[in-house]
Amino acid sequence: MTGVENKFAELKKAGKKGLIIYITAGIPDADSTVQLVLEAEKAGADMVELGIPFSDPMADGPVIQKASYDAIQKGMNLHRVLDIVREIRKKSQIPLVGMGYINIMLNYGFAKLAQDAKEAGLDGFIIPDVPHEESGELKKACRDNNLHLVEFVTPGTTDQRIGETCSTADGFIYCVSINGVTGVRKIDYSPINRVISHVKKQTATPCAVGFGIGTPEAAVEAAAEADAVIVGSAVVKNILEGADQEAMKLIASMRQALDNSYHK
Amino acid sequence: MTVENKKGRFGKFGGQYVPEIVMPVLNQLEEAYEKYRRDPEFLKDLRKYYVEYAGRPTLLYYADKLTKYYGGAKIYLKREDLLHTGAHKINNALGQALLAQRMGKKQVIAETGAGQHGVATATVAALFGMKCKVFMGAVDIERQKLNVFRMKLLGAEVVPVTTGTGTLKDATSEAIRYWAAHIDDTHYIIGSAVGPHPYPTMVRDFQSVIGQEIRQQIQQETGGRLDYMIACVGGGSNAIGTFYEFKDDAQIKKFGVEAAGRGPAIGDNAQTLSNPNSRPGVLHGAYSYLAQDEDGQVIEVYSISAGLDYPGVGPEHSMFHEQGVVEYVGINDKEALDAFQLLCRTEGIIPAVESSHALAYLEKLMPSTKPEEVVVVTLSGRGDKDVQQVAKVLGEEI
Repeated sequence: MTGVENKFAELKKAGKKGLIIYITAGIPDADSTVQLVLEAEKAGADMVELGIPFSDPMADGPVIQKASYDAIQKGMNLHRVLDIVREIRKKSQIPLVGMGYINIMLNYGFAKLAQDAKEAGLDGFIIPDVPHEESGELKKACRDNNLHLVEFVTPGTTDQRIGETCSTADGFIYCVSINGVTGVRKIDYSPINRVISHVKKQTATPCAVGFGIGTPEAAVEAAAEADAVIVGSAVVKNILEGADQEAMKLIASMRQALDNSYHK
Repeated sequence: MTVENKKGRFGKFGGQYVPEIVMPVLNQLEEAYEKYRRDPEFLKDLRKYYVEYAGRPTLLYYADKLTKYYGGAKIYLKREDLLHTGAHKINNALGQALLAQRMGKKQVIAETGAGQHGVATATVAALFGMKCKVFMGAVDIERQKLNVFRMKLLGAEVVPVTTGTGTLKDATSEAIRYWAAHIDDTHYIIGSAVGPHPYPTMVRDFQSVIGQEIRQQIQQETGGRLDYMIACVGGGSNAIGTFYEFKDDAQIKKFGVEAAGRGPAIGDNAQTLSNPNSRPGVLHGAYSYLAQDEDGQVIEVYSISAGLDYPGVGPEHSMFHEQGVVEYVGINDKEALDAFQLLCRTEGIIPAVESSHALAYLEKLMPSTKPEEVVVVTLSGRGDKDVQQVAKVLGEEI
């Protein structure tokens, strides 16, 4: 079993909902990213998505766009993200997935990337601009190295597409809460919850809901049907402002709210 | 890269690299386009607007003075500059707006660099009574105040984009983001033959009227003799519209002219196909040649012409490049400005700075041509929009 699979099994056994935290690598620098991941784990994160910055992040809202832009200006790239992973692995076994855009992966070379990522200690990738139809070659490279390539569903994903996604999904399924981009806002989670209950009938692969979640209350609401929630912009906004402790407080409060509401 | 999904591929180029959110609406668009591209009523409607509103067919003008100036092949200009709104962009905007209307969309959005596509989209939105939002980089808004005001006069809302470098590529990303959040009532009119499938095919088809008219007109003018074709390439919509009809006519040499800017250094030009340093990558949903750095970050490119100032290129051009169907070449700022002035003085036509890149290639091509040969240059747009900038570069106060 991979780190991701172990973690979800562990959560299920304990009757807990998972908390996945997104952090853009290189904000404000590589050493800080290592520290932030370790602190996020202590504050209650079950898994971390490390954002690999790209110049044109099509699926991201203003906060993560700014974080990506700043990180690139500071020289962050995929090689250095893998170095960050190696540093984290000296101290923690928290599941880590890389989140980035296909051009960066393509530029590195899929086969080499999958090998290097495995060796560094990553557990998989989330690539928002690779829909199911275009995922084959990268998925194969990932599978050959026992890495996950996370697939997506959204409130608008048709039943047929849900079926196709479920048939090949592994690790977890990223359930996008709303039609739009990343960023904190008030969201009606009922449309994605309907999709998740549909997904649950077809696969045992866990579901994680992301996009828009900024408060403990929203985390609880988003977790209703899912196995985990993903929080990005709300955390990154604090990190961009230099308010790391606020970011950790937010993670801790979400952990507590999820446990209070769902932990049996 | 291995291609498994053959849909919307030009050889290995193209594809649909977009967030899952956008996939259902791309599928819907593809379905609608497949239906209407064969629908006689739709085509009749499009034809009507091309003729009665845009001013098609455009002239194929024999440039006698320019021909005499060079003393080689006969030079014909395909006068897309005479279209309503001043450039070929209206061909595509009309086609996509008619499609959006049939799909029941209430709003159209667009990205724009220099503002020409934004104006074309605002124009068709006004014509068809649709709401219109145009995404434009904050830097470009500052550079193109006149076009910003034109769009406002036409009833469009111009949305400034400050993220990234605040230019065309960021405006395109922002338009895609907005679209993802408003897919139910909004159609995104991409301005060039770029983006995810079905856009490159659809834009090419709407622009192919350029080449189809050239085919008929050259038959009357020269009995069909045609040896060379030249068009400028940013994203590449006027060029694909010019060349597509002739893609199997191997005896006709076709030149796609990219902007060589102020030099060969990275970031100093907007060459993607004629640049030995560029390699394929994915931007805005398609796999195609791309100006990128060693980490795969997209480079901010440069050209005197805002319409050629795009780091990517249409995927079909990437295929034509690798197959040798079209030869892609570079023309720098100075060569383009010289050609701009030459056409003004010889023919009394003020060309767009974009089109001036195509004209400038005559300087290199003509010495090796013979008087019995024939060359067609696509004059993609008129230069009224560029007069202020050209004056500035030439040191004139206006």
